[in-house]
Amino acid sequence: MISREEVRHIANLARIKLTPKEERKFQKELASILDYVEKLKKLDVSKIEPTTHAVWVENVLRKDQSFPADPKVREKMVEMAPDQEQGWIKTKAIL
Amino acid sequence: MIPSNLTIARAHQGLIKKEFSAVELCQAFLDKIKKEDKKIGAFLTLNENQALLEARKIDDLISQKREIPILAGIPLAIKDNILVKDLRATAGSRILENYIAPYSATVIKKLKSQGAIILGKTNLDEFAMGSSGENSGFFKTKNPRDLSRVPGGSSSGSAAAVTADFCCAALGSDTGGSIRLPASFCGIVGLKPTYGAVSRYGLIAMASSLDQIGPLSKTVEDSEILFGAISGKDPQDSTSLDPKIFKPPKEKKPEAFKIGLPKEYFIGGLKKEIKEILDFTIKKLKDFGLKIEEISLPHTEYALPTYYIIVPSEVSANLARYDGIKYGRSKVKEKIKNLIEVYFKTRQQYLGEEPRRRILLGSFALSSGYYEAYYLRAQKVRTLIGKDFERAFKKVDLILTPTSPTPAFKIGEKQDPLAMYLSDIFLVAVNLAGLPAISLPVSKEGLPIGVQFIAPPFLESRLFKIGKILEKI
Repeated sequence: MISREEVRHIANLARIKLTPKEERKFQKELASILDYVEKLKKLDVSKIEPTTHAVWVENVLRKDQSFPADPKVREKMVEMAPDQEQGWIKTKAIL
Repeated sequence: MIPSNLTIARAHQGLIKKEFSAVELCQAFLDKIKKEDKKIGAFLTLNENQALLEARKIDDLISQKREIPILAGIPLAIKDNILVKDLRATAGSRILENYIAPYSATVIKKLKSQGAIILGKTNLDEFAMGSSGENSGFFKTKNPRDLSRVPGGSSSGSAAAVTADFCCAALGSDTGGSIRLPASFCGIVGLKPTYGAVSRYGLIAMASSLDQIGPLSKTVEDSEILFGAISGKDPQDSTSLDPKIFKPPKEKKPEAFKIGLPKEYFIGGLKKEIKEILDFTIKKLKDFGLKIEEISLPHTEYALPTYYIIVPSEVSANLARYDGIKYGRSKVKEKIKNLIEVYFKTRQQYLGEEPRRRILLGSFALSSGYYEAYYLRAQKVRTLIGKDFERAFKKVDLILTPTSPTPAFKIGEKQDPLAMYLSDIFLVAVNLAGLPAISLPVSKEGLPIGVQFIAPPFLESRLFKIGKILEKI
């Protein structure tokens, strides 16, 4: 069973603010989902390797070269930022 | 007059035989969308002017008697989590309500290189999280076959657009059934390709180790045409693969295919209408001369719990980027002192309930003290699920299952998140194992129901072969 405290803690880790009502609701729903996945504990997986991707390749390499991007695409990407100045993305001071 | 229910193949014939022009074809779909989409809600954005402009170019080519590719002038709909340059891409989320794609996804570049026409962007469950189409941040899409029911999700708008005849075909994405479930609920064909067969570059990521783009179409032939157009290795997606690295087995005639029925999929009993349609399909295949045998996929019951650890974990990482700084809706310009408060308030206001639920679940499964018990364990069970299929495909060429445990349900019927997750019970194992699978419509009357065929990696060709047989018999 996941506690209210734990819900608050992970919401903080995930940078999501919850109202007290949402905390209660998510606590209940997460508990029910976690209860459902409990089933996985029945299996002995001590000798099993984990799968991260269902593809059969590893170490996809290429030459360490830079490719010039289309300056218009760059411009448009910066334009998509909610706050910007002179081609830079603006944010709140962190210090 | 443009004939109704045009497939890609039929529309191509119409264009080259000059039964109608590309502009007329495009206009006919746009008119129909404008007239009828209010009650269905398939589209989030229409691309009217650009679509007509591009159709005109195709007409020029035709009038110059130039040979045109099969997709030239063909109007398609695109799920709104796939980027089309200069068009809005919301992924069904309010947080991306104002986001204009600065570049196109690789699949879009490939379609456009053939001259395909993008009619617009279709609705979806927010960030492709949902099984019904009800989780969109904008509005619910309805099932064109019965407006009181859901179309299935998360590629809800793409499935509805194909079913309502708003386009020839559409692209969707499938992380745990998001192409196949709506295809089943709407009575159309939906293909989830092998993981790595289609580039994910320009697909807004949900769960990166599972997401694949694929076609929703009126026929198996169209599914094959679109898959052929969008697949292939892409240097922009290091998980995309050249199918040639697999030595394809010597293919038998489709009449000699052996089909496996996994017994675990039938434990606990199926709903009567699903069982009937499956028995009917099995009988037809047997009459055609195909061999059907029972197989076992012993870890089937663990697929959905595994999926609901792995997906939220990847979601919590992928959605960290929606912080109100780089793009999308934001609180950064409001009078807030700290950067961290910008994150908190932006994500609280603009991310919907299901994305937040999955972010929380994933953050929990990955957090210190729980990582091994949940995430690592799920990844190990994922290995076992993959091995089940490997073993099964030593005995049979294809696996047959129902696509969904029920036909399309009523809008508002499933309020509990876990009950909604169970809609994908027959579908998620395929994504965990990275396999290709297709949902084919089999019911001729009543609410549509699909059956699913699963093939070994990179053998989509087998799915098309069996699909064409089933269309005929």
